[in-house]
Amino acid sequence: MASAQPAIGTEPPLLEVEGLVKHFPLRGGLLGRAGRVRAVDGVDFSVARGETLGIVGESGCGKSTVARLLMRLIEPDRGTIRFAGRPVGSPELPLRAYRRRVQMVFQDSWSSLNPRLSVEESIAFAPMVHGSPRAEALSRAHALLDRVGLDPRRFAGRYPHELSGGQRQRVNIARALALGPELVILDEAVSALDKSVEAQVLNLLQDLKEEFGLTYLFISHDLQVVRYLSDRVLVMYLGRVAEFGPAEAIFEDARHPYTQALLRSMPSLDPDARTREAPLQGDPPNPIDPPAGCRFHPRCAFAEPVCARREPALAACGPGHRAACLMAERGSGHSRAPGRAEEVALG
Amino acid sequence: MLRYTFNRVLYALPIMLGVSLVCFLLVHIAPGDPLVSVLPPDATEALRRQMAELYGFDRSLPEQFLRWLARAAVGDLGTSIATARPVAAEVARAVGNTVTLAAFATLIGFTLGAIFGFVAGYFRDSPLDRLASALAVLGVSVPHYWLGMVLVIVFSAQLGWLPATGAGPGGSTEWAWDWEHFRHLILPAITMSVIPMGIVARTLRALVAEILSQEFVMGLRARGLSEFAVFRHVVKNAAPTALAVMGLQLGYLLGGSILIETVFSWPGTGFLLNAAIFQRDLPLLQGTILVLALFFVVLNLVVDVVQTALDPRIRRA
Amino acid sequence: MAAPAVPAATEPPAPLVRSPSFWRSVFARLRRDPVALAAAAVILALLVLALFGPWLVATDPYASSVLRRLKPIGTPGHPLGTDELGRDMLARLVHGARWSLFMGVTPVVLAFFLGAAIGITAGYAGGLLGTAIMRTIDVFYAFPSVLLAIALSGALGAGIENALLSLTLVFVPPIARVAESVATQLRNRDFVEAARASGAGALTIVRVHVLGNALGPIFVYATSLVSVSMILASGLSFLGLGVRPPEPEWGLMLNTLRTAIYVQPWVAALPGVMIFATSISFNLLADALRSAMDVKG
Repeated sequence: MASAQPAIGTEPPLLEVEGLVKHFPLRGGLLGRAGRVRAVDGVDFSVARGETLGIVGESGCGKSTVARLLMRLIEPDRGTIRFAGRPVGSPELPLRAYRRRVQMVFQDSWSSLNPRLSVEESIAFAPMVHGSPRAEALSRAHALLDRVGLDPRRFAGRYPHELSGGQRQRVNIARALALGPELVILDEAVSALDKSVEAQVLNLLQDLKEEFGLTYLFISHDLQVVRYLSDRVLVMYLGRVAEFGPAEAIFEDARHPYTQALLRSMPSLDPDARTREAPLQGDPPNPIDPPAGCRFHPRCAFAEPVCARREPALAACGPGHRAACLMAERGSGHSRAPGRAEEVALG
Repeated sequence: MLRYTFNRVLYALPIMLGVSLVCFLLVHIAPGDPLVSVLPPDATEALRRQMAELYGFDRSLPEQFLRWLARAAVGDLGTSIATARPVAAEVARAVGNTVTLAAFATLIGFTLGAIFGFVAGYFRDSPLDRLASALAVLGVSVPHYWLGMVLVIVFSAQLGWLPATGAGPGGSTEWAWDWEHFRHLILPAITMSVIPMGIVARTLRALVAEILSQEFVMGLRARGLSEFAVFRHVVKNAAPTALAVMGLQLGYLLGGSILIETVFSWPGTGFLLNAAIFQRDLPLLQGTILVLALFFVVLNLVVDVVQTALDPRIRRA
Repeated sequence: MAAPAVPAATEPPAPLVRSPSFWRSVFARLRRDPVALAAAAVILALLVLALFGPWLVATDPYASSVLRRLKPIGTPGHPLGTDELGRDMLARLVHGARWSLFMGVTPVVLAFFLGAAIGITAGYAGGLLGTAIMRTIDVFYAFPSVLLAIALSGALGAGIENALLSLTLVFVPPIARVAESVATQLRNRDFVEAARASGAGALTIVRVHVLGNALGPIFVYATSLVSVSMILASGLSFLGLGVRPPEPEWGLMLNTLRTAIYVQPWVAALPGVMIFATSISFNLLADALRSAMDVKG
């Protein structure tokens, strides 16, 4: 449960998440207990100021739920979220103040904009809610539009249906920056865009990060993009953290079999590196009824009986690099775990 | 499916209770003394108290409601103030007549409506569609009580082909299944069929056009299916919603027949309602409204269950 | 906290491009629809009759004369004939316009505001409050509308206020249901979540984001109810439950002229023609409005 060492700077982490849990009850029938979707089932991580933390995982792993929990759009069942050292929602950091400092960009650029408001009105909404006079908020909106690459004179009076997907996403980014936040959560923010547009928006995000000194939480299922942007990467599986660490460590030396499978499934342009068989076997996981022990063991090529009995904790595999796998945990009982060689030698 | 039906029935019960409560309260919001219509103007206080006790008006409102509800549950809807006959018997007699009328009206209305709707939906934006849609809009917009009057003017007063009022010769109130009585049915049934025809036609037009625009239809044609086979697919897809709409229209006809029955003096529940209102015959009014409203609730329930049974997509919800 | 530098001027320079707002584009589309224009013209004509009728037609609609009863159409001095009490039909029809329009439109307008308020509250709040509200609405929705209108009117007694009250109550449940469904869908849209994430309170969100998007569909649904309301209001008067004699309300006129169909049938049918014309115009206009709003944006 220890937080990773900050990759940039030595200040305390900007965001700390401990023991986050969110279950959704299923609509049950008249008789019989309904199950619950264990969307997020015990997640801990931290984000250092100025870094980009990438969160990856397949659909259903809980990453979007984490984003909404962080924005407090839904309430966690258990766990704490601390921002700049203060618990979110406490008297030290009321929700309204928190929301000035953390903002989010959604995946669907179309449905994240009110079709009845013009672009400048959408961007100016949040500052006006927090007390800005209308003229000032609109000025700020125009400046932001300019900064994200949309000429205010051409775009400020337009409506969302008149813009392309990439333009709308730029508007969403401008809107997220309107309150001057410190942390921006990007929930699949580029996933719905065409590749060429995606590249432009990613570059924009990089520029904005440097110019405004932002911290990013970048959620995606696209590993290439995550690799491009992130300083550190966190891999989620079935509501829990599978592995996290510096980007190079994850991509060059992944320790969790799930991470390894994800990396192998990245398509490559190298004709010699063809994928001959599916990297992952077995059925996709069911968050209502997760497997006992290590959640990944039914699909894992290295699974052993002990994996079905014990749920692994995050074990250290390098500086700032941890994996929730019995193979990385000393003395776990797995045949490939470190220390096994000594046992064999001694025993 | 069984679970859905069970849930649906369970949901209908509090609604029925609420409906009963509203029916009960309706007549008690009426201004004025309910006994005014029964008692002679110079009635003594003792007589008034006697009558009040007889009809239960002297007890508290909640108590009256529970007593009324308990009796209604076993079929005793009280006694009509005007005719002194049991309300349940009056209503039962009238319901039969209304159902007969509504049945024929729906037969005509749904058939014509379905034809117009399918034609309009299939030949969207063609002159045929415009004609069918125009007829449908006319159907929905016409004040049916006025249409009844016009039909009476044309076919009864001017041409003398069909009778103007009553359910049988001589304006009788008894129905029999013979041609003489049938002649009395024609004009009211046609009048009543017009609005459902319009609604069914409009609904089907939109439904059919939407189904035809879906990609699977293109796929069916591309695989070489005959137009008739495609048509059967369209019907299958349209059926659940179409049946739901028709069921609801039947309910509205049964509940809203009063205007037409008044024009034609047709001895159904609507006519009974009319009489009850103007004679301020509260037990009759209460009983009639209760029966009609509960009928509507049950009809809605049946429609919901049938629609879900036919449409596998809704079942998941 | 880094923010872009705000320009010194307090008034932002006017953007060069201003797109038409939603309603303006709907209106533009309506203007090109011939059917909509025709229907609107009829309604406008009726409105003129309703407002200025008494000045346009000088004859007194209440002046009765036993000698001039049931004169046919084309009688000199009474272009549309006279009714069963000898009153001029043209004058009565013209004066009746205000009654029928008033009785038809007012309940829908009132029900629109009430129903939208109830439905949007239930839909946006959700949870226990929303369910409680909607279940109560469902009880009233469980009655066929004609039956409910007549039952309420019958219970309250004849008269304009009672008729208005009962008609309004009849239309609140269907409008509330539509409002609730629209509001529930909106509540889950991303831009509403984004607004919550900005720290806005519920009332602000409803005012800025929900209302603008919800009122449109609710309004369109309400317009489709106007013709029903007109027919129902006239129907109530036809039964003797609405407007009371000697007012020249079209439904009431149909009622009193019923016995005249054997003597002067076409005069007796005239009020219904007016109801029909009004009702169909409102329906056509409502249809056109729906098509105009259907295209996204």
